[in-house]
Amino acid sequence: MTTSPPTHVRGYAPAPAGTHPNLDWPAYRSTELRAPKHRPILLPHRLTEVTGPLLTGPAGPADNDLTRQHAGEPQGQRIIVFGRVLDSDGRPVPDTLVEVWQANAAGRYAHQNDNWPAPLDPNFTGSGRVVTDSLGNYSFTTIKPGAYPWRNHHNAWRPAHIHFSLFGRAFTQRLVTQMYFPDDPLFPYDPIFNSVPDEAARKRMIATFDLDATKPEWALAYRFDIVLRGREQTPFEEPHA
Amino acid sequence: MPELTPSQTVGPYLALGLTWPDGHLVVPEDAPGAIVVHGVVTDGAGEPVPDAVVETWQADADGRFDHPEDPRGGSGFRGFGRCLTAPDGSWRVVSVKPGAIGDGQAPHIDVSVLARGLLDRVVTRIYFPDEQAANAADPLLATVPQERRSTLLAVPDGPGRFRFDIRLQGEGETVFLAV
Repeated sequence: MTTSPPTHVRGYAPAPAGTHPNLDWPAYRSTELRAPKHRPILLPHRLTEVTGPLLTGPAGPADNDLTRQHAGEPQGQRIIVFGRVLDSDGRPVPDTLVEVWQANAAGRYAHQNDNWPAPLDPNFTGSGRVVTDSLGNYSFTTIKPGAYPWRNHHNAWRPAHIHFSLFGRAFTQRLVTQMYFPDDPLFPYDPIFNSVPDEAARKRMIATFDLDATKPEWALAYRFDIVLRGREQTPFEEPHA
Repeated sequence: MPELTPSQTVGPYLALGLTWPDGHLVVPEDAPGAIVVHGVVTDGAGEPVPDAVVETWQADADGRFDHPEDPRGGSGFRGFGRCLTAPDGSWRVVSVKPGAIGDGQAPHIDVSVLARGLLDRVVTRIYFPDEQAANAADPLLATVPQERRSTLLAVPDGPGRFRFDIRLQGEGETVFLAV
């Protein structure tokens, strides 16, 4: 065991322009008082940034099956959501915690602040977690969430989506995103989906229906691969005096 | 090569998915050398942000990470804290003061803030007020305009307590970092 920190740290590659939303995006009204006005200052990647929590978190037996967390089965279309977590070098991201949360089949969240007149489902909480395997694969079972109204603008409805939170293997790889469903008619009207400038990048948030992964007379299946940042090609050299 | 998945906001119901009962306990409350780092997240109107999550990542008291990238080997230190903000915008993490890594940087904690209204996380760093010499030599702090540097410094708040308020926008806006 050495006693010195590494003198060369290989950082993580920046995202291509247009991949991530700009924080200042007036069409999504909540950004108005929350998006910082100053430009961020560059943080070159050093040891704190290329390390990160390798936690699997508090995991219970039904954490990857959101349909089995209560006495009865939830209402709605049962689905399997699965995929791989990779980095942009094509390497799988193993043993990483994936946290998900979503509305129920009627489009209502089991959250005290969601009060629109759609029914709560006593058999559905809508939160789950799963850890990727050694090849970066994950899979969970849930029900297809409904669309729901929000007050961003007149008659605003969010397309159905599942929230995803991932750690990866480094602080720089942290990602929170939303998975959408194919052919949702609400896409053109949603300022959150459309906050991603690049159209091809936007489409990477849409899962694909996968007939081969469905379970006959049980569940439909959607594939959603998630890609986190990969490494820089050249290490960052500490300018030691 | 696969292309990156874009970021999206955590939305207003993040508590459903991101609540951990011991999230704020990087170490137990009664651990030797435990410190409390706490503060309030406010918006551009100075109002509290009640639907944010503050996440912290740091070295242990000896400046090491329990991670394969640190050749010194790990101590089993979790290093990670997560606290959802309360209705008054407050958050609180129990940890130990990070040691100097030994690469010329002052002791620091990396911080992510995610919230409704933030389409991507914002990142900042906590530095410590009792590390004046180390802070003066820190390579990141040297790139921050002098008049904004204080937003990255925790404020002493009694024995073992440090206050770090996060102002997302407006007067005294916290310095955020591009990672």
